[in-house]
Amino acid sequence: MTWDQVLVTIVGLGLVPLIVWYFWLKKGTGTHAQGSGSLQEVNIVVKGGYTPDTIIVQQGRPVRLNFLRQESATCSDTVKFPDFNKSARLPENETVAVDLLPQETGEFEFTCQMGMLRGRLVVEGSKAA
Amino acid sequence: MDHTTHTGLDSHAHIQLSVQGMSCASCVSTIEAGVRALPGVEDVAVNFAHKTADVDYDPTQATTRDIVQAVRDTGYRAEKRDENADDAVAKEEAEREREYQTLMKKFRLAAIVSVPNVILMYPDFVPGLTTLIPHGSGMEQLVWAFMGALTVPVLAWSGSQFFVGMWAALKHRSANMHTLISLGVSAAFAYSVVAVAFPGIFPEGAAAEPFWDVTTVVIALVVLGLALESKARGRTSEAIRKLIGLQAKTAHVMRDGKVQEIPIEDVVVGDVVMVRPGDKIPVDGVVVDGSSNVDESMITGEALPVEKKTGDEVIGATMNKSGSFRFEAAKVGKDTALANIIKMVQDAQGSKAPIQRIVDQVSGYFVPTVMILAILAFVAWYDFGPEPRLIYATVVFVTTLVIACPCALGLATPTSLTVGIGKGAENGILIRSGDALQTAERISVVVLDKTGTITRGEPTLTDMTAMPDFEEQQLLALGASLEQYSEHPLGEAVVRAAKAQDQDLSEAQDVQTKAGHGISGLINGVRVHIGTAKYLSEEGIDARGLEDIASIYSPQGKTPIMVGVDGAPAGVLAVADTVKPDSKDAIARLHELGLKVVMLTGDQRQTADAIAREVGVDQVFAQVLPEHKADKVAELQAQGHVVAMVGDGINDAPALAAADIGIAIGSGTDVAIEAADVTLIKGSLHGVATAMDISRATMRNVRQNLLGAFGYNALGIPVAMGILYPVFGILMSPMIAGAAMAFSSVTVVSNANRLRLFKPKRGAS
Repeated sequence: MTWDQVLVTIVGLGLVPLIVWYFWLKKGTGTHAQGSGSLQEVNIVVKGGYTPDTIIVQQGRPVRLNFLRQESATCSDTVKFPDFNKSARLPENETVAVDLLPQETGEFEFTCQMGMLRGRLVVEGSKAA
Repeated sequence: MDHTTHTGLDSHAHIQLSVQGMSCASCVSTIEAGVRALPGVEDVAVNFAHKTADVDYDPTQATTRDIVQAVRDTGYRAEKRDENADDAVAKEEAEREREYQTLMKKFRLAAIVSVPNVILMYPDFVPGLTTLIPHGSGMEQLVWAFMGALTVPVLAWSGSQFFVGMWAALKHRSANMHTLISLGVSAAFAYSVVAVAFPGIFPEGAAAEPFWDVTTVVIALVVLGLALESKARGRTSEAIRKLIGLQAKTAHVMRDGKVQEIPIEDVVVGDVVMVRPGDKIPVDGVVVDGSSNVDESMITGEALPVEKKTGDEVIGATMNKSGSFRFEAAKVGKDTALANIIKMVQDAQGSKAPIQRIVDQVSGYFVPTVMILAILAFVAWYDFGPEPRLIYATVVFVTTLVIACPCALGLATPTSLTVGIGKGAENGILIRSGDALQTAERISVVVLDKTGTITRGEPTLTDMTAMPDFEEQQLLALGASLEQYSEHPLGEAVVRAAKAQDQDLSEAQDVQTKAGHGISGLINGVRVHIGTAKYLSEEGIDARGLEDIASIYSPQGKTPIMVGVDGAPAGVLAVADTVKPDSKDAIARLHELGLKVVMLTGDQRQTADAIAREVGVDQVFAQVLPEHKADKVAELQAQGHVVAMVGDGINDAPALAAADIGIAIGSGTDVAIEAADVTLIKGSLHGVATAMDISRATMRNVRQNLLGAFGYNALGIPVAMGILYPVFGILMSPMIAGAAMAFSSVTVVSNANRLRLFKPKRGAS
């Protein structure tokens, strides 16, 4: 093996764990929904992904997610909440509110139509009063 | 009609406007003050961050137009937000068209630059070109440098969305199709720059040919693919657009004693709406005077116009034919049947079929895996490949990245579901979710509730036979007097018959009902029992003579109702529910689909058998009490059947819920039936067969798409990595990979669009 082959091999094999770490071992910190009264509200920007992409809400209280799509690529023109049987069209540069009522705790995914853009709705049990 | 019409109206309405031109928070109070000054406005809240204005108002005093104008008068731009579905559709189409045009412009630039790039890469195909630009000459180096300069705008503009998309995804620590294409073309471009600028670093300088052609051709093809895919995806939601297009835009409403034409959004519950011949009925309501024939085919699928007179329900978006009438608005805005249908279809189209889970599990890992495979292929070719190693390794790296198509995988299921569920809606079949659509395919037994499903559900009194000491008219009078306390449809038939004969009904005391069995009560001091022979016997009445009479009616498909008066058998009333004209045909269609058809009824065995013979069902569950219908469904499931239950949605709700698929037969404006997985808007049983057809066609389409998409990637990626090279010496060109990638997702969407051509076999349109 020549020195350049050794270099290519080291760099190539070194990139593999880097890719695994960067794309798969991410830990979403999550954004807590804000809201006065019983409504929990979060604004989400849609641009190559959902920002924020992890939304933490309380169980049993209505949730309003305000989506604002800031890109023209039609990939992201629909957001789907399969577990809630809900979907919404997101016209460019328009805020679209999606209302949900999470009855159960757990993690629920929301995606674009192709499932390329992904976000999570984390429903936590209501804290004891 | 004068303005007193509005007393008792639902006089609260809400509208959200989008407001443009606000530069600071103080604009908020200016707009709020301006709108609040408008008569009829109750509350205004302007949100500076969201650029919206929420207005609560009394729609009898102010219209949405007034409110929009009031905001404009304060110096800002305002428009209604998404309220008008028509606008939303137009906007979506405009957005899609704009995207398409932009992509086509980008494609044209990339294509134009690709032509000389490809010719120069394969000079042997053009006579004289190799003499004009000799291989390895300074001239060739100059031409290459020039082509490189032309490639830059293709990369920077035509390919810009890939880089933007990659960057946006990277920030979210995710990767998508954009990531793969960007990396692929960047690698090809970077290699080419090095090859042209520093040809000396390659062991054999002659081999250092640039890949400008790969860069531009891949961009051109993938951009073209995106443009075509965007067009085709627009077509998948055609059904929704058609539904939205049905909506009327304005209504003629009585306001202040005169007829005014107002936008449909301003119609409130209680408004009296004028409908003239040829008008589209704007909202749901009840006719208050006049009569006409109405074409309801667009909502119910019913081909013949339906007669409407005072007291009848009219459905918004249906078309008035000949007469004029006025109706009182009962459901407006989001509550109309059409709005409910649209919402149900949209939600269903966004739902997930279980089959998609496999894709979801794969798609999160797909793109990074392809990146890893491309790197490993590069290393392998660089370390073990033939010379020129760097070129081979680069080609394999680029090809692997470019050929992988996550889009085809992601699009496979949802596009077919969208078209299939839309197709259902076009045929009056509302499928609640992808889950329901997928389960419908596995159904082996269809259980039909007899009443209202196979039959019209409106029984009528056909015969009466009195025992020697009684008279027929007396029987009817006593029967109807007692049955007016019952909600049983057979009882209602008796009451209707008595009223039709102008019988005076008496009051009954101490009425006792035994559901599914009978009813008893005191009429003018006499104890009257009405019900089955078993019920009468249990109550101590000798029903044998009555059973003899009943045995004449039962084989004719008529339901005998025994009457006992003062402990003695009095006679038999026969009630028949007539079979819907197309039930027999529809059941034959279910048989053709290989399904077993079971009838479920509370009727006597003989009555049930008569109807069963007439329509041709395979099995009959007779004398099933309402509360036991769900048990019968469970019994069939225990035998290993996948059961679809077809019923009316209200009485049959538990059975519908117990079945694997609950199919409710809806009527009129009542479309959102909670317990049902599928709602048939039109009353015909053909809808059940059509729903099965659609489910099978859609799932077949989904499987084709998934197989195509998985198969494409599973074959394409290893070939791109060069797996065929050691044995066959075949290596795929990155440009072929680009073409394959671009057209794989277009193929998936086009295949889903084939479902649009689906036609129900017969009787369902």
